[in-house]
Amino acid sequence: MPLSGQLINVLAAVMLLIAFAMLSQRRILSLIELFAWQGVVLAASTFIVAYTTGQGHLYISGVLTVALKVVALPWILFRLIHRLNIRWDVETLINIPTTMLIGIALVIFAFNLAQPISQMASTITRSTLGIAMACVLLSFLMMMTRRKAVPVVIGFLAMENGLFFAATSATYGMPMVVEFGIALDVLVGGFIFGIFFFQVRETFDSLDTRHMEKLRED
Amino acid sequence: MTLGGFLNQLLQMLLVALAAPLLMGWVNACRAWLQNKSAPSLLQPYRVLRKLLHKDAALAENASWLFRFAPYVIFGCMWLVAGIVPVVASELPFAAAADVIALVGVFAVARVFISLAAMDIGTAFGTLGARREMLIGALAEPALLIIFFNFALISQSTSLTTIVDTLAHREFALYPSLAFAAVAFVMVLLAENARVPVDNPATHLELTMVHEALILEYSARHLALIEWASAIKLFAYCAIGIACFAPWGIAQAGDWNALPLAVLAAVAKLMIAGAGLATLEAVSAKMRIFRVPEFVATAFMLAMLGLLLSYVFEV
Amino acid sequence: MEILVLLGVPLLGGATLALFGSRRWAPELGVASSLVTFLAAAVLTARVIRDGPLTTFAGQFFIDSFNVVLVALTAFVAFTTALFSRPYMRIEAERGKVKAGALRLFHAMFQVFTFTMLLALTTNNMGILWVAMEAATLSTVLLVSLYRTPESIEAAWKYFILCSVGISQALFGTILLYFAAEKVMGSGGTALLWTDLNQVKSQLEPTVMSLAFVFLLVGYGTKVGLVPVHNWLPDAHAEGPTPISAVLSGLLLNVALYAVVRCKVLTDGALGAGFAGNLMMGFGLLSVVVAAFLLSRQRDIKRMFAYSSIEHMGITTFAFGMGGVAATFGALLHMTMHSLTKSAIFFAVGHAAQNTGTQIMDDIRGLIRTNPTIGWGLMLGAIAILGMPPFGVFASEFIILTTAMREQPWATPFLLIGLGVAFAAIFGKVQPMVFGETALPRLAHPPALLPVFVHLALVLMMGIFIPPYLAAWYRQAAALIG
Repeated sequence: MPLSGQLINVLAAVMLLIAFAMLSQRRILSLIELFAWQGVVLAASTFIVAYTTGQGHLYISGVLTVALKVVALPWILFRLIHRLNIRWDVETLINIPTTMLIGIALVIFAFNLAQPISQMASTITRSTLGIAMACVLLSFLMMMTRRKAVPVVIGFLAMENGLFFAATSATYGMPMVVEFGIALDVLVGGFIFGIFFFQVRETFDSLDTRHMEKLRED
Repeated sequence: MTLGGFLNQLLQMLLVALAAPLLMGWVNACRAWLQNKSAPSLLQPYRVLRKLLHKDAALAENASWLFRFAPYVIFGCMWLVAGIVPVVASELPFAAAADVIALVGVFAVARVFISLAAMDIGTAFGTLGARREMLIGALAEPALLIIFFNFALISQSTSLTTIVDTLAHREFALYPSLAFAAVAFVMVLLAENARVPVDNPATHLELTMVHEALILEYSARHLALIEWASAIKLFAYCAIGIACFAPWGIAQAGDWNALPLAVLAAVAKLMIAGAGLATLEAVSAKMRIFRVPEFVATAFMLAMLGLLLSYVFEV
Repeated sequence: MEILVLLGVPLLGGATLALFGSRRWAPELGVASSLVTFLAAAVLTARVIRDGPLTTFAGQFFIDSFNVVLVALTAFVAFTTALFSRPYMRIEAERGKVKAGALRLFHAMFQVFTFTMLLALTTNNMGILWVAMEAATLSTVLLVSLYRTPESIEAAWKYFILCSVGISQALFGTILLYFAAEKVMGSGGTALLWTDLNQVKSQLEPTVMSLAFVFLLVGYGTKVGLVPVHNWLPDAHAEGPTPISAVLSGLLLNVALYAVVRCKVLTDGALGAGFAGNLMMGFGLLSVVVAAFLLSRQRDIKRMFAYSSIEHMGITTFAFGMGGVAATFGALLHMTMHSLTKSAIFFAVGHAAQNTGTQIMDDIRGLIRTNPTIGWGLMLGAIAILGMPPFGVFASEFIILTTAMREQPWATPFLLIGLGVAFAAIFGKVQPMVFGETALPRLAHPPALLPVFVHLALVLMMGIFIPPYLAAWYRQAAALIG
């Protein structure tokens, strides 16, 4: 296997590792740093694919990823954390070793799901499609097992990262206009989350999601 | 079994038994240097062993035969492991027994005996140590197995000899699955050998002990055997790690010409391993006991990931 | 040209109102912006009816008889809602339920929301469709939590998280769709254009397309409010301000269903009829039955009507799933009728709740006495949504039911049960609200209920007599969807 293929595999493995690390992290600051690193790995992988296959639009895509997911979003999140003054999310719905075991099961499921599509793909990165799907599922697990609002949102953003990675591995990315639209959506979403958290905090004096489970079927 | 092979085997077993305390001394010295203290002599563990062997054993009145028998079993298990892991040469006569699954089983036998012996007297700390040891072992053993399966997958065999031979002759490339397995292996090494961050070997606070609590009641020759067995266990783990992850330089059995180089390579690698271990210990703080399952579960998870990745990447 | 006006005016209006939304004339500006949008939509509709399907801007926008119905409907209901919200939000502000900054946000975001919906309806690019749907969610999140009560914050949080997660599934579905399309058409921007995909749909890879459709159905279906991914809907529709409930119920659900149907057309081409249709029928029926039963247990009037929206969307999804010209005609008619009726109901309910100060149905009584217009508006609206003749909802439900009896007889009991339970529940709750005894005095100022009666009049008209050009229009759209 040529060097570029090996490098992409290594980067994909690191992405999966970061997704698992986010599952087991308790400190919210570390979560944001991990999210930024995930963005770096994603951009690096995009640049390598762009260099190897000569697809110019992937360079722009990579720059967009860096600007949005490594710089803008983590900056918004850091500012949010500082102003909201939250540091820890000590409680998770299920304990960490169990979460990891469920994560492993999800990874196996994702690999199985991606197998037929991988075989049909013609990109050099097709073996990483299973990993991208696994990242998406792991982020989803993270969203479901967290009590505080900010880690839930970071899980959602990590899910978008996984989807972007899936797009890059299956089809060398989406058409540029769509990618710009998605980037805009994510950025605006980040802003709106920020504003929304202040509203939550103002109303409930806390960002614990248990306060927001009162509306039920009566 | 050729005479050369037999001599090789004997040589290795003696070498390992004699060199293990030296490795322990080297790790302690490195740790002292990193803490800016003057280190004890490298031969200090030998002196401790000699002192212990001269003493009279003081046994509790209600100690059963298991209590007296356990240290010999443990030492025997560890010596067996050290004898079959390739350190300087592969394809030793005993290597037919060097199946990785059997290896894990031998470690388990040692663990069972020491836990039972600790509970034998009936003191609180012994039972405490036994339960903690079992907790760590319950999670570390599967992790170790999965790590070995990583290699078994690559070399299509669970024999340690075959694994070493296959890995020593592959072209150099980036294998993420092996990287994950390496990290998992280091974590399991720390857990199984009672090193920081799982357990502080130099502690004297009983409530924080895991390994030390198991051997609180032992004295004299029994304690000497158990200490020696711990040193051999550490040596064996380092040797397994080196054999799997950095197998270059290990000689083929019967190839006497390559032997000096192999010995030199082994010594160098062990020194690096010892220094690395000391560094890890120096930069980590001991974890609270109920974080240890998370630590070992992470090791398990990394090993599983490595296994899954080797399926996906077809490497 | 009309598309430029259609999309540009709301966007511009939103930007202007973001700056000047706290002024006294902000609501009037909003109404004007919506009026211009509606006029542009009307002109566009006339053009498409006269000339046939329209593709502009290098194929990025595509209007055919299917989405022009929805474009006209969206622009119209947005306009009437803007009209309604003028006095309504003024009263809310006077009563202190919203602050000045929140009002500015409301007016600006309402226009932006209209823009995103129209963009989703007129775009030809499946990727931009996704972007617009996500943007529609984003623009309404802060509006749902406008009142800053704990319940509204919770509703907005659920809305945000559940819809965003759902839409991410739709993104994955779009990626898979692009993957399948790329194999046939090569990479580049044209591989996501619906018109081009429609040409080559029989060549798209079946396994990939089936997987893609599942993700797209789950994703966009979350926004349609299909059971079991409907949990955000009752809360979001009930806790937001009434104009938002009206447009969410009346318009956004339609747009999401439109997205699903566009994907269904492609999937049917790749897999042959059956797979997509069966899935849609199953989810639709499930929604009808579950919503009907949950509906009967509600105590909050807006939540009850939100569940009614889920039920009607279920019926529409079922009808689209059945396929065939008759069922699709019924589905399209139902989409239109439900939109108009549901928004009318929400207008009436909004005023009723505003007067009595509560949304709990047991506490609202005797609307006829305190304010005859609201009382009659609510009564007629309820009768209309329940599918009583001569209103238009009866016509569409009749078409759908008879087609079901003919083609999918096993489904008819479920539909009938669902409709029956809903009928009993809603009628039983609305009757005492309108005609019961009350001690409240008569209202001082007349509420703006013109939109209510305009909508109901339209629905009545369609029930009695569908103008021939409208009927031809629907038939054309139905034939397109097949």
